[in-house]
Amino acid sequence: MTRFVMVIDTRICIGCGDCVVACKTENKVPDGLNRDWIVEATRGTYPDLKTEFRSERCNHCSNATCVTLCPTGASHHWNDSNIVLVEPEKCTGCKACIAACPYDARLVMHPDGYVDKCTFCHHRVARGLDPACVSSCPTGCMHFGSLDDPHSEVNHLLKTRDYKVLKPETGNDPNVYYLI
Amino acid sequence: MRRREFIKVSTLVGSGAVVSPALMLGGCTSSPLPGTGVVTKTPTICDMCFWKCAGDVYKEDGELWKITGNKDDLHSGGRLCTRGTGGPGAYLDPDRLQKPLMRVTVDGRQTFQEVSWNEALQFIATKMQGIADVHGPERMALLHHGAGGHHFLHLLRAFGSDSHAEPAFAQCRGPRDVGFRLTFGEAASSPERTDMANARCIVLLGSHIGENLHNGQVQTLTEAINKNAMLITVDPRFSVPAGKSQHWLPIRPGTDIALLLGWMNVLIEEDLYDKDYVDRYTIGFEQLAKHVRQYTPEWVFLETGIRPDVIRETAREMAKAAPATVVHPGRHASWYGDDTQRSRAIAMLNALLGSWNRKGGFYIPEKVDLPHYPLPDYPKPKFKTGDAYPDKWPFASQGVTNGVIEASVGDDAFFKGWMVYGTNLPQTIPGVAAKLRAAADSLDLVVVVDTMPSEVTGYADVILPECTYLERYDDIRNSGERHPSLALRMPAFEPKYESKPGWWIAKQLGERLGLQEYFPWDDYADKLDWELQQVGSSLEEMQKIGVKNFPRKRPLYFRDGQPARFYTPSRRIELYSQQLADKGFDPMPVFTPPEPVPSGYYRLNYGRMPAHTFGKTINNPLLFQLAPENQLWVNPLVANKHTLESGDYVRLASREGAVSGRIRVRVTERIGPDSVFMAHGFGHKSKRLRLAAGAGADDSELMTNIKIDPIMGGTGMRGNFVTFIKQSSTGSKS
Repeated sequence: MTRFVMVIDTRICIGCGDCVVACKTENKVPDGLNRDWIVEATRGTYPDLKTEFRSERCNHCSNATCVTLCPTGASHHWNDSNIVLVEPEKCTGCKACIAACPYDARLVMHPDGYVDKCTFCHHRVARGLDPACVSSCPTGCMHFGSLDDPHSEVNHLLKTRDYKVLKPETGNDPNVYYLI
Repeated sequence: MRRREFIKVSTLVGSGAVVSPALMLGGCTSSPLPGTGVVTKTPTICDMCFWKCAGDVYKEDGELWKITGNKDDLHSGGRLCTRGTGGPGAYLDPDRLQKPLMRVTVDGRQTFQEVSWNEALQFIATKMQGIADVHGPERMALLHHGAGGHHFLHLLRAFGSDSHAEPAFAQCRGPRDVGFRLTFGEAASSPERTDMANARCIVLLGSHIGENLHNGQVQTLTEAINKNAMLITVDPRFSVPAGKSQHWLPIRPGTDIALLLGWMNVLIEEDLYDKDYVDRYTIGFEQLAKHVRQYTPEWVFLETGIRPDVIRETAREMAKAAPATVVHPGRHASWYGDDTQRSRAIAMLNALLGSWNRKGGFYIPEKVDLPHYPLPDYPKPKFKTGDAYPDKWPFASQGVTNGVIEASVGDDAFFKGWMVYGTNLPQTIPGVAAKLRAAADSLDLVVVVDTMPSEVTGYADVILPECTYLERYDDIRNSGERHPSLALRMPAFEPKYESKPGWWIAKQLGERLGLQEYFPWDDYADKLDWELQQVGSSLEEMQKIGVKNFPRKRPLYFRDGQPARFYTPSRRIELYSQQLADKGFDPMPVFTPPEPVPSGYYRLNYGRMPAHTFGKTINNPLLFQLAPENQLWVNPLVANKHTLESGDYVRLASREGAVSGRIRVRVTERIGPDSVFMAHGFGHKSKRLRLAAGAGADDSELMTNIKIDPIMGGTGMRGNFVTFIKQSSTGSKS
């Protein structure tokens, strides 16, 4: 399985939301729905504070519970990779995947009647491009690539920087990494 | 009856059918994938803010798809910001102005009526000619903001008036640019000439880069953070850059000058300043050394709340990295009315560090030597803008908006007509509502040119709908940068509805005023092509590439020890300003303590949010979805005292009694207990901004305690105090 990962540097991210808008225009996401979003986490008491911004989305888990639990096979791994897609024609809108997702990363509900989500812009990845959110980010805090390529930027970052993933305890093997 | 009643644009006669915002982006189908249709690309210069990033407009099967940054562009580095990426929303916004509107009286009540372009233009030209005949053309003023304002400045100059002002001066960068010019003889410019990408130490004072998304600023600050530069942020609020800083100095609001003087004290007392630079280029060092001796870190601590050891340590960090230290000039600098002096202090601190025109400090910007299309000389006006408010603000280097507005009130007022381009005055100039009403009541003509039915349109006799930046040519962008570069804005679409490009509107008015010789082009493209050909390019080439970079002719920085002359009267960097002394101002900055917070009140702090450009973008359907209202930041201790919780709605009342729209509370530790904070630009009242109307609160209407900078006329906005009116109680203070 080809393993595509996103590596996001929280030291750099300013929480501007450009990734959210870039996704909406690139993927023509309907009004009122977003495939990615910003989380701001502040801890401490004034003036001893720490704030982390995170751009969040589907983690395109290698061990994706949404894929396992989808009763119709609509949720699937794309092209022998970890990229999780939904095939609209097979999706009945039963929402089992929404319950199964530890990251609440699935949209409820595309107007055409299926559960929509982040695709890692596989249409761009197929052409050797970064996802739209990564390409647009004004700070350059987002990186995308294959973990299988030992020389990739994402591999280098994960080898040289401290990082975390969200909810590792689920065993889903998520593929969005946050540099800390 | 008032000569000019304020009209809510919602009451216009014969408004055209409007499309529901929900239908705006159209249905999204499961297939085909984006980009599989016929894709075309057109260059543009973003107009979502005033940074002017170059980008490409993508269409798929003829429909607007997305806008991305141009990789050759220094302003954007190939990446647009949140607002730039949201640019399609400006074009698609169903609330755009569609047709020319004219004030009419129906059944004794004033309202707007749709008229033809010819009728609107003829009316304006007749009125302008009348003003020129009776009072002189200089009595017609332009209030403007943004790239398209240039067309109307050209029109007014051809008409015989050089009277104009933009809020970018007195409400924003003016104090900074005047303070730097008094010191270095040059302004900090836009884009700011900060060399942050090469800096080893960056000091931000109240400048929340990252919340204000000036693209090149964000990108170069990021580059510095990536290279582990020392970041020192001075801000009473835990801003985004404060959270990325090694040193966050949560200063007592309004005491920045004390801190700056204290830093200069440490640099001089500890012999850490750049002696060679100071000897070679500055004047007045002895006076400065004597002046700052009194501002010891221990004294500064009592005023600012910043510990003496932190003041010393941060000063040493600056000196250690110098000259690769940027003490950032900031951008919106009109805070407390002593802002030119604060900006001077910033400039002087940079001079002590030797960072001006040095690598890692400030670079020397360079433009392309682009000839202007040959046109007849403008007639010489008898008056300058400043003649409307004589004896005020001797160092105002541009028109002062608040001065122009005040000089438009009354039957004997200096100004008789306004053209307002792209600036929503009620939200832009603090506490201006009453004066605007009085001015509108006095003026013979008010024309508003805009893309959106913003509040200022309610004061107009005629509203002219301009098309958006995606539907028009404007002038070639030729801004001072690290490399000279040119960029093109061209139409990706035909203008929607009956909107028209600014250049067309100006030409039509010019022709009706007998000024056709100033508008010899049939299409603005002809003018641009001529200019581009003079520098070895062409419109055809620019339509393909969008951005053209040129080699520098001059060095980017000073060579070590090179001789240099500055554009000041002494030809040196003026630490002691004889110019200021001659006009009765302090020749070196002096600290004046801010007004203390009255009991039961909180300081009103305000700023930007990355999703929006002031009030200009709130109604943009893409950006509105991201940030539909502003929030009021409240410290938990304050929230507790007033029994407020996150999500509660409150209104705010200023000490002088102004009351805001309702705003949602956000309880957060990121603000101290003496202040509240909100992003500027919300609280629109124009009902035709159907998304933005009533969403959030407008900070500018709470600004009832304005401190005017006596040096250049800036409106200091940070001296305002507010208290809560809980939404559930019926107007009583909690």
